[in-house]
Amino acid sequence: MISKHEVKHIAKLARLGLSEKEIEKMRRELSKILDYIEKLKEVDISRIEPTSHSILVENIMRSDTAKEEKIETRRKIIEKFPEEKEGYLKVKSIFS
Amino acid sequence: MSLTDLTITQAHQGLIKREFSALELCKTYLDKIKKRDREIFAFLTVNEDLALAQAKKIDDFILAGKEIPTLAGIPCAIKDNILVENIRCTAASKILENYVAPYDATVIKKLKNQGVVILGKTNLDEFAMGSSTENSAFFPTKNPLDLKRVPGGSSGGSAAAVAANECLYALGSDTGGSIRQPASFCGVVGLKPTYGAVSRYGLIAFASSLDQIGPITKNVEDAKIVFEAITGKDEMDSTSVDLRFKIKDFKIQDLRIGVPKEYFVKGIDPEVEKLIKKAIKKYEEMGAKIEEVSLPHTEYALPAYYIINPSEASANLARYDGIKYGYSVKKARDLMEVYLKSKEEGFGDEVRRRIMLGTYALSAGYYEAYYLRAQKVRTLVKNDFEKVFKKVDALITPVSPFLPFKIGERIEDPLSMYLVDVYTVSINLVGLPALSIPCGRVGKLPVGLQIIGRPFEENKILEIGKIFEKA
Repeated sequence: MISKHEVKHIAKLARLGLSEKEIEKMRRELSKILDYIEKLKEVDISRIEPTSHSILVENIMRSDTAKEEKIETRRKIIEKFPEEKEGYLKVKSIFS
Repeated sequence: MSLTDLTITQAHQGLIKREFSALELCKTYLDKIKKRDREIFAFLTVNEDLALAQAKKIDDFILAGKEIPTLAGIPCAIKDNILVENIRCTAASKILENYVAPYDATVIKKLKNQGVVILGKTNLDEFAMGSSTENSAFFPTKNPLDLKRVPGGSSGGSAAAVAANECLYALGSDTGGSIRQPASFCGVVGLKPTYGAVSRYGLIAFASSLDQIGPITKNVEDAKIVFEAITGKDEMDSTSVDLRFKIKDFKIQDLRIGVPKEYFVKGIDPEVEKLIKKAIKKYEEMGAKIEEVSLPHTEYALPAYYIINPSEASANLARYDGIKYGYSVKKARDLMEVYLKSKEEGFGDEVRRRIMLGTYALSAGYYEAYYLRAQKVRTLVKNDFEKVFKKVDALITPVSPFLPFKIGERIEDPLSMYLVDVYTVSINLVGLPALSIPCGRVGKLPVGLQIIGRPFEENKILEIGKIFEKA
């Protein structure tokens, strides 16, 4: 069973706001899912290499040059900023 | 025959023989959506103006006597996690409710080059997380064959739109069964391509080592047409590759089909099992060699998947932070509160659960016990498949152990919803291609047959599917 303290800690790492009521619900649901996942402990994984991708993935190199993007696309992306100043993304201060 | 009953090939013939115009075809479908979607709720957005303009362009081509590609003027629907330039793309999430796509996904670019007519964007479980389309932040989609039941998920809107004849075909995405399972529940055809066969550029990322885009269609021939239109290497997705496999002189007598015994154990609906066994028998009667095989790590694939999937999801969804695009909370004291509140108000229950689960599995002290262990189990699952594919050409299994369930039946218990994916997730962990085709009905509820192939042997499983369809 995962603790309330752990739920709060994980939510903070994920930058996910949770209400007090939801913390308890999340604790119950995550515990149930994690109990099910315990099943993996039955498998002997000594001397087994991990798989991150199903197909062989290799690093693909290219020269470090900027690709020109349509000015129109650039404008559309900037328009989506919640807050913008002179074409730059504006964020709230780190300290209140 | 009504225009909304056509397959892609039939509609294409009709267009080039000028039996009807692309505009007529498009208007017929838009009309059908207006009437039928009031009870199905497959579409989140219908873009009439764009669809009509695209259709008009194809008519001009035809009138000018030019040759048109097979998909030109064919009305389709796109899952709402695939970007179509200047059309809203929500991923069925509040956090992207007002997000308008600034560019086209590669698959959309490819379809546009063929002269596609896009009717609209279809409903899904929020960020494709779910197996019933009930996790949509906007509304659940209904199964056209029984309105009290779910259409499956997460591509439930796409599958329902095809089944209700609201489009000729649709695109979906499949991370753990999200094309195959709704296709099965709605009685249509769905293809999950090999990992890398289709570019993921412009698909809203969920679990990047598992996601693939694929077609949902009325028959296998149509699935092949759409798949061939969207496949191929793309410089914008470094995991994409060109298909290498071509099929020659396909004879059913040469075909060895494996039936994994682990897929027919306790938990499967006996009615589903009966129909799958009947389909296997049919292949045997037609001359295929049927062999029982074993995939010993099958029962560990689902728990491994539910570590790997949320882990990748939690990393991918970190981008919805309220500062770059999407929902951003207005009243916040500082940056931290922007993050916390935007995610709290923007994400639904299942998305939060996966972010929490993934963050937990990746966090210090738990990484080895969960994430690394799951990746090692993934290797064992992969080895199982590699071994059986030395003996057989394809595997046949059910798509889902259950018939389409009732709306509300599983949504309160997340784990019971996860168990719906038990026959589909292995295929994503291993990156294999798999086809879902209807193989019969229990009452009015359809059952889907899953045909699994070797990597990049889509053509072979499509041929195997066609044989069953014709028999």
